[in-house]
Amino acid sequence: METTKEIVINTEPFVVNFGPAHPSTHGVFRMRMTLDGEVIVDMEPVFGYLHRGIEKLAEERTYTQIIPLTDRLDYLASMSNNLAYCLAVEKLAGIAVPERAEYIRVIIAELQRVASHLCAVGFFLNDCGAFMTPVLYMLRERERVLDLFDMVCGQRLTYNYMRVGGVSQDVPDEFIPAVKKFVREMPGWLDEYERLLKENEILLARAKGVGILPRDLAINIGASGPVLRASGVPWDIRKADPYSIYDRFEFDVPVGLAGDCYDRYRVRVEEMRQSLRILRQAIKDLPRGGEVRSQVPHLIRPPVGEAYGHLEGPRGELGFYLVSDGSIAPYRFHVRAPTFINLTALADMMRGWKIADAIIVFGSIDICMGEVDR
Amino acid sequence: MTLALSGKDIAAKIEGKFPKSVVEAAAESLLVEAESLSEIAAYLKNTPGLDFDYLTAVSGVDYLDCFEVVYHLTSIEHNHSLVLKARCYNRENPVLPSVVGLWRTADFQEREIYDLLGISFEGHPNLKRIALWEGFEGHPLRKDFL
Amino acid sequence: MEIEEVYSSRELDKVEGKAINEFIAGHQQVIPDPDRWLDEELERNILLTSVDAVLNWARRTSMWPVVCFPACCAFEFITTEASRFDLSRFGMEIVRASPRHADLMITAGTLTWKMAPQVKRIYDQMAEPKWVIAMGACAISGGIFASSYSVVPGYNRIIPVDVYLPGCPPRPEALIHGIRMLHQKISRKSLISGGE
Repeated sequence: METTKEIVINTEPFVVNFGPAHPSTHGVFRMRMTLDGEVIVDMEPVFGYLHRGIEKLAEERTYTQIIPLTDRLDYLASMSNNLAYCLAVEKLAGIAVPERAEYIRVIIAELQRVASHLCAVGFFLNDCGAFMTPVLYMLRERERVLDLFDMVCGQRLTYNYMRVGGVSQDVPDEFIPAVKKFVREMPGWLDEYERLLKENEILLARAKGVGILPRDLAINIGASGPVLRASGVPWDIRKADPYSIYDRFEFDVPVGLAGDCYDRYRVRVEEMRQSLRILRQAIKDLPRGGEVRSQVPHLIRPPVGEAYGHLEGPRGELGFYLVSDGSIAPYRFHVRAPTFINLTALADMMRGWKIADAIIVFGSIDICMGEVDR
Repeated sequence: MTLALSGKDIAAKIEGKFPKSVVEAAAESLLVEAESLSEIAAYLKNTPGLDFDYLTAVSGVDYLDCFEVVYHLTSIEHNHSLVLKARCYNRENPVLPSVVGLWRTADFQEREIYDLLGISFEGHPNLKRIALWEGFEGHPLRKDFL
Repeated sequence: MEIEEVYSSRELDKVEGKAINEFIAGHQQVIPDPDRWLDEELERNILLTSVDAVLNWARRTSMWPVVCFPACCAFEFITTEASRFDLSRFGMEIVRASPRHADLMITAGTLTWKMAPQVKRIYDQMAEPKWVIAMGACAISGGIFASSYSVVPGYNRIIPVDVYLPGCPPRPEALIHGIRMLHQKISRKSLISGGE
């Protein structure tokens, strides 16, 4: 009679460093993962590798000089950063913005949302394993948006276009026809991507059910943006606390049900479609002529006080908390960085999954290290 | 539109339950004593009608005679917001109670305030530097850091 | 599930922090640029042999960059690699994660002291011959963040830089110009002169 002998191998968890220089971490982000085999048992995020001291630097610059600093926070959505900061200063100093500037701001902000989501979705699919193809397709569309921004302010990445009280210069004549052309053609491109990806078996197998963020945890950790909406919370600052002129536009807010990586991807693609819808309405109603910047003094001296101005950026609720002591520079400049706060639950989302899934979870949160570290 | 609740209205509600805890109730913000911060925060979160379940941001400010920590609270259900503040007058070793037990958002944000301003939070499970490295001398956002 | 701690994160942080402080103390001087061999060549009137020409052609037409993407310039590098400003026509589309396979480091982003030991480690792991392009204002001198408490004022504090490329961020066309300048530099290098 044969007996089988059971051999017990002693295993113990070991720590792997997912170092700061890694092709799959979007930027310099480090994770110390405790693994049991290939399953993640615990994860500790370490950041600060891009901490440039923006909050301290801002205390010695005038209010207008801080705008280029805000560009470099979330460098994939610089226009939104500029706009959030200008909203905060306008709230603090009580400055009104002319009509044409408001419409231009909305058009630029929604174009920026499309560009940022294209990048986010492209790199998420890159992480899923569709090695370079979706990224190259989406970067091609992103180039068209960057061409529009180039037309407006001459820069492709860090724009420094918004100013306190409006925008720095009016849009050239060829801008609006170019935006109309883009808005006409973009849904076709989105349909092409959806045809390739929406029901793709591999994407469904890799992203559905992975990295679930439950609704209560999402609210508790202060998540915002697509991460919060994919978990079933219909909270969008453009609807809940409308800033600028968003209350004049009709658009829907996509909300996911399961809170997994696939839902976050779908929420982002739907948000792009809604952005195109807002763009169509904004272009139609853009006032002809008018100032694009209200009269503000060269050195802005807001009254003593504080203000918190926020907006719905592509990555979440971007807010600026400013404390003024009446001088030309802010006394305190604090950034409420959405991706920094969204990362709070990363360890919870990754526990129990394998390393390959960890990359997908991380890609679906869509971070930008300039903002996480400031 | 998010309704920014007045500090004075909330102060009226709190005074009954937590006497002598409100230091200053202004139209835009509510300043409370540091010792009663945890209880007031729990009250604001759990009371039906207030339901501040979403902590938007935690910021620290260095006024030269004291440190102030500002909590921006929001309620998703009722769509109203409140600014809650607490001060700490000890310059050498400032300590404030942590609100991580109520809102996990405060986890990284309080670590960042500890790193850059030097305010310790009692009750935080993992209070260590987050943006700078261990061994960095000083706290950069303080006004006396050169 | 309660797991016992495999490592103590505070101890690890302290060890790493000490290493960073020592690194800062040891890297306060600017490292001179490695182009003295360019002047020597003119002095000694060395002509390039056909062996040199072939080697230089091989080296410059297939330089593989290594992953070193701290900040915003990284995105201009990525768009340079994308379909519009195609970098693979220079043979450079493969961005190697492993520094052993790479021979070019395009430093795309601000360098902080916390990250500096890691970048130096990646540079040391690259095999000779290797080149460095400092891309962007932050890489040349610290850029807009130069006066910050945690930013290294330029990559040439820690690694020798061959080409400096200004811009914030430099446009893809400027990056390609910088790469072409590096190609010209490489094509003048001779085996006999024994340059670095």
